[in-house]
Amino acid sequence: MAEPMKIRATMQGDVADVKVLMNHPMETGLRKDAKTGQLVPAHHINTVTAKVNGAVVLEGSMAGGVSKNPFLGFKVKGAKAGDTIELSWEDNKGDKRTDTAKIG
Amino acid sequence: MNALRRNVLKGATGAGAVAVAVAAGLITPARVLAATPRAAFDAKGVPDTLKALGIASPADSKDITIKAPDIAENGAVVPVEVTSGIAGTSAIAILAEKNASPLVAGFDFQGGAQGFISTRIKMANTSMVRAVVTAGGKTYTAAKEVKVTIGGCGG
Repeated sequence: MAEPMKIRATMQGDVADVKVLMNHPMETGLRKDAKTGQLVPAHHINTVTAKVNGAVVLEGSMAGGVSKNPFLGFKVKGAKAGDTIELSWEDNKGDKRTDTAKIG
Repeated sequence: MNALRRNVLKGATGAGAVAVAVAAGLITPARVLAATPRAAFDAKGVPDTLKALGIASPADSKDITIKAPDIAENGAVVPVEVTSGIAGTSAIAILAEKNASPLVAGFDFQGGAQGFISTRIKMANTSMVRAVVTAGGKTYTAAKEVKVTIGGCGG
């Protein structure tokens, strides 16, 4: 089971500033293991979805080109303090993770 | 009956239906891009990647700001921040031009999401980091060079 995400959302004026740190190895499938010389199989997040109070605000697609333990920052206008922000991702092996946080 | 042939035909008409829906304005282009095609992540070279994304020839824009280091010591973690000042920005795609597969990530904005994305990417070599922005059915682009001292893809 994947590690939980760290989500921090703060209001800056009327815009919510959301920062997310996901725990994921993000293997490209091109890297070789230093000991065995074998290719490390690809294992990366494919899709990321962000919702504010249940409504989708951001849909992202990514692959091995995003750094290990991906960071994501985005801004949502019209959100209010106390709103629930929900982040979820799914990787190429079908593993999933969803976490929520309150906008503070 | 040849099952494969049937599927191919089905696929072709399916794609046609999407094109018709786009033309009729039923689905906005942004919505089509929303599910950034997985094939685009496997495309090699920038022209093929854009083709896979369904973007013909994006116009250069000064309203797109890419914040990235001039020199990245570690190609495995290159912070990139893209801000689009174009009204109605619905999608931002980030490309590292010399990576084995240039498309790094694509983001679609809905609701109150602003045309802003911040993330960290891997870069194999010194190259241009390109942002492709979709706004109101049109595409715009901007690029910034990042020098990489140690590559971050494999090796």
